[in-house]
Amino acid sequence: MAMLHIVNKSPFEKVSFRSCLNHVKPGDSVLMIEDAAVGALDGTSFSDKLKTAMGDVSVYVLGGDLVARGLSEDRMIDGIKTVDYAGFVDLTVKNETTQSWL
Amino acid sequence: MKFTIMINEGPYQHQSADSALQFCRAVLAQGHEIFRVFFYHDGVNNGSSLSVPPGDDRLIQKEWSELSKENDLDLVICIAAAQRRGLMDEDEAKRQGFESNNMIDGFRISGLGQLIEGGIESDRTVVFGD
Repeated sequence: MAMLHIVNKSPFEKVSFRSCLNHVKPGDSVLMIEDAAVGALDGTSFSDKLKTAMGDVSVYVLGGDLVARGLSEDRMIDGIKTVDYAGFVDLTVKNETTQSWL
Repeated sequence: MKFTIMINEGPYQHQSADSALQFCRAVLAQGHEIFRVFFYHDGVNNGSSLSVPPGDDRLIQKEWSELSKENDLDLVICIAAAQRRGLMDEDEAKRQGFESNNMIDGFRISGLGQLIEGGIESDRTVVFGD
């Protein structure tokens, strides 16, 4: 049963994003919203951990929350997909369960 | 598909009240059903009628109230969380001996059982919070 993991905290502020990546199962999806959007950036102290996880899980970022923080898609790790709120809803439909890592 | 949404963060606290509002709008726009929105912890403050932000700012509580009216949403506030935070509807205010109440139209007060029922009756439960 695939799970959508919703993360809303920056990996540079809280450990919830790292905890999430330690618990994901192959086939799951991870969606970064709110402050977690900064986790999508490449070349950070966190990006290697996310890149490793991306072998097993699909990773998405809420585009509006990325742009709201002055960040653009060209600074993101390759392979991360940008979604809008409609895409967010689609992800909750596609995965049987959701887990918010508050 | 049926959704229940849980909100644990107050308006203007961080971003989750706004995220949840936008998510609910997107759910409805796609033709899905929102079985219930349950407000818990500081999330109960989304139901206050006495919030007055600056004129150029959004009024989150009113946006919930209007979304509820337009789509006949069931917005439920946890009674224990509301009592702690001084939020009450007319009946609860009377019961507690207060002269005024401060719950905006479209919300109702009930208990945690409503969240459990939402989880059982819905296909998806999505949580927003701090």
